[in-house]
Amino acid sequence: MSAFSVTNVSPGQKWIAGILVAGYALITILPLVWIVATGFKSSADSIAYPPTLLFEPTLEGYVNLFTTQTRQSPEVLAANPPQTWYDGIVHERGLVIAGPSRFGERFMNSVIIGFGSTFLSVFLGTLAAYAFSRFKVPLKDDLLFFVLSTRMMPPIAVAIPVFLMFRSLGLNDTHAGMILLYTAVNLSLAVWLLKGFIDEIPLEYEEAALIDGYTRLQAFYKVVLPQAATGIASTAIFCLIFAWNEYAFAVLLTSGTAQTAPPFIPTIIGVGGQDWPAVAAGATIFLLPVMVFTILLRKHLLRGITFGAVRK
Amino acid sequence: MAEVELAAITKNFGRTCALDGVSMTVPDGAFVVLLGPTGAGKTTTLRIVAGLERPESGEVRIGGMPVTSLTPAQRNVAMVFQQYSLYPHMTVRENLAFPLKSPQLRTPPEQIERKLREVAEMLQISHKLDNRATALSGGEMQRVSIGRALVRNPAVYLMDEPLSSLDAKLRADLRVELKGIQAEMGATFLYVTHDQTEAMTMATHVGVLDRGRLVQIGSPREIYENPISIYAASRLGQPRINVLPADLFAGAPAGAKTIGLRPEQIRQGEGEDSIVTRVEHLGDQTRLHLSFRHHALVTVTDPHTALRSGDVVRIRPERPFYFDASGARVH
Repeated sequence: MSAFSVTNVSPGQKWIAGILVAGYALITILPLVWIVATGFKSSADSIAYPPTLLFEPTLEGYVNLFTTQTRQSPEVLAANPPQTWYDGIVHERGLVIAGPSRFGERFMNSVIIGFGSTFLSVFLGTLAAYAFSRFKVPLKDDLLFFVLSTRMMPPIAVAIPVFLMFRSLGLNDTHAGMILLYTAVNLSLAVWLLKGFIDEIPLEYEEAALIDGYTRLQAFYKVVLPQAATGIASTAIFCLIFAWNEYAFAVLLTSGTAQTAPPFIPTIIGVGGQDWPAVAAGATIFLLPVMVFTILLRKHLLRGITFGAVRK
Repeated sequence: MAEVELAAITKNFGRTCALDGVSMTVPDGAFVVLLGPTGAGKTTTLRIVAGLERPESGEVRIGGMPVTSLTPAQRNVAMVFQQYSLYPHMTVRENLAFPLKSPQLRTPPEQIERKLREVAEMLQISHKLDNRATALSGGEMQRVSIGRALVRNPAVYLMDEPLSSLDAKLRADLRVELKGIQAEMGATFLYVTHDQTEAMTMATHVGVLDRGRLVQIGSPREIYENPISIYAASRLGQPRINVLPADLFAGAPAGAKTIGLRPEQIRQGEGEDSIVTRVEHLGDQTRLHLSFRHHALVTVTDPHTALRSGDVVRIRPERPFYFDASGARVH
C-alpha cells in the first residue's frame, strides 16, 4: 500500500478534513445565523453593541414585515383590546394594525418571476441543447459561440437599452417582462450546461428506442429526459438562484405590480426608522424557497457539478 | 418473419464510402452472417436495414415492401447493439417490456408478463428482473439487450456482434440458444460478427464484405471450400489459410501468382522437406509451424504428435487454391 490513498483515509487525515470542513461551514453559515437571529430579536436587541447572543425571541419583526401599523391614543387602544397574538405584539407599542404590508405581494412576484423564468429557461434550454447536441445545425459552432457571447458582459451593462425597449413594448413593471428578461439572461447558461449533459448520453439509447417502436419525440421524453434529469435539476438551481437574487434590473424595471422582493426589502428600512428585525425577517423568508429547492435537488446538484464525468 | 432485400445500396460518410452498391437478399428464415474486418461496412449494412442510416442510393425491401423512406419504428425490426443499449434509468423488467409497450405494439400486460418470463428464463436472467440495468455485469447487460430483441416478433432480427462481450462459456451457450430460436421460430437473422466459429455454426449464409463491397455470399461451407479470393478465403478457417508464392510448388496453373493452402490442403509425409519451427498443443488439435524454403506456414497435425521443433516433415499441396496477382481465385 502506498502512504497516500484517496479511499483509505487515516484517522489523522479524517480529523484534519473534519476541522477544515467545520471551519468553512462556520464561516459561511455565520451571516445566515446572524440574519435568522436578528429576525427574532426586538428592535433594541438588534442594534445592541456588543451584539446579544442570548435574547428573548419575539415575532415583532415578522409582524412588522407583514403589516402596516398606525399609532393610536391610549383611549382607543384601551377600547379595542387585541383580538389575536399579533394584535397583542403591536398593541404593547401603542400601535394598531392598519392592514397587510406589500411584502406578501412582492414575495409572490418573486415566486412567479423566479420560478416562471427558471421553467422557461430550462424548457427552452433543453430543447435547444438537444438540437445542438444531436442534429447537424448549420453554423453550429458560431451559433453556440453567439449564445455564450450574450454572457460575456454583465447583463446590467445593457440596462438602458433594455429599459427603453421595455418602455416602448409596454413590458415595464410586468411579470411577463421580467420573466422574459431573466430567461434571456439565463438561457445561454442553460443551453451550454444542458448541452454538456445531453452530449454525455450515448446516441445508442435513442436509436434503441427508435427501433423498439418509438418516435423521435417519444424517445426524447422516455429515454433522453430521464437521463438528463440530473443536468436539468442542476441547471434549474443555477437559473433560479440568478432570477431569485437579481436586484439591479428589478430596481430599474419594476416599481409596483411586478416588483420582486429584493428591491422591496431595503425599502422596509425607510418606513418609520430602521426596523432591522423586519428587514432580517424579510431576508429569512426570502432565503427559504431557494434553500428548500436546493436541498430537494441537492443529490442531483452534487452529481451535476461533476458534469456527468462519473457516468459508467 | 420476412425476406430482406438490399438493392444497390450506397452509403457515404463525408468523403469515405462505407457501402458501394451492395445488393443482397436475406431469404425468409435465413441466418445471414456478415464477415469482414472493421470498416468493411458490416455495421452500416445493419443500420441501413434498421433505418438508422439512410442510404445515398439504392433500396431496402422487407417482405417485398420498399421501406427505405420509413422510420425504424415503422419497419418492425429488432436490433441488438454491440454495447451501451440498455436504458440505464430502468430496471431489467422495464427494459425488456419497453419494446412491447411501444405505441406500435401496445401489448396487454398479462401477455408482456408471460413473454418476459419466457425470455428471462431462456437467457438465465430471471433472478435479475428487478435489478437496475446499471447494476448488472457486462455479460448480463448483453443478455438483457438480446432479450429485448427476442421479446418481439419482428420482421428481422439485426445483431451487431451481440456475443463479443461475453465470456467463452456463455458465448457457446448463447450461440446454441440463438441458433435454436432461429430454427424453431423460423426467424430471419442478419448478424455481424468477427468470430468465425459463430459464422460457421450459426449461419445459413455468410456474406463477405470488403471495403463496402459484398464480395461473396454463400453457405459457410461454400465460402470455406470455394472462396473467390484470398480475402474471402482468409475470413474463415482456423488457423488461417497459408498464402505462399505459387512457384514454390510444381504444378501451378498459368496466371497464378500465389497458392493458398488450408491445413487440410497440406498432405504430410509426402513431397518435399520442411522444418518444424514450433509445436503448439491446443488440446483437441496441435498446430505445426513449419518453415518451407524460408517461408513460414501453419498447419494442423495429430493431437498426440511426437514431432518437436527441428524435426523434418515432408509436405505436399493437395487440391490447393491458386490466386492471381490481384488476389482473385484462378483455380
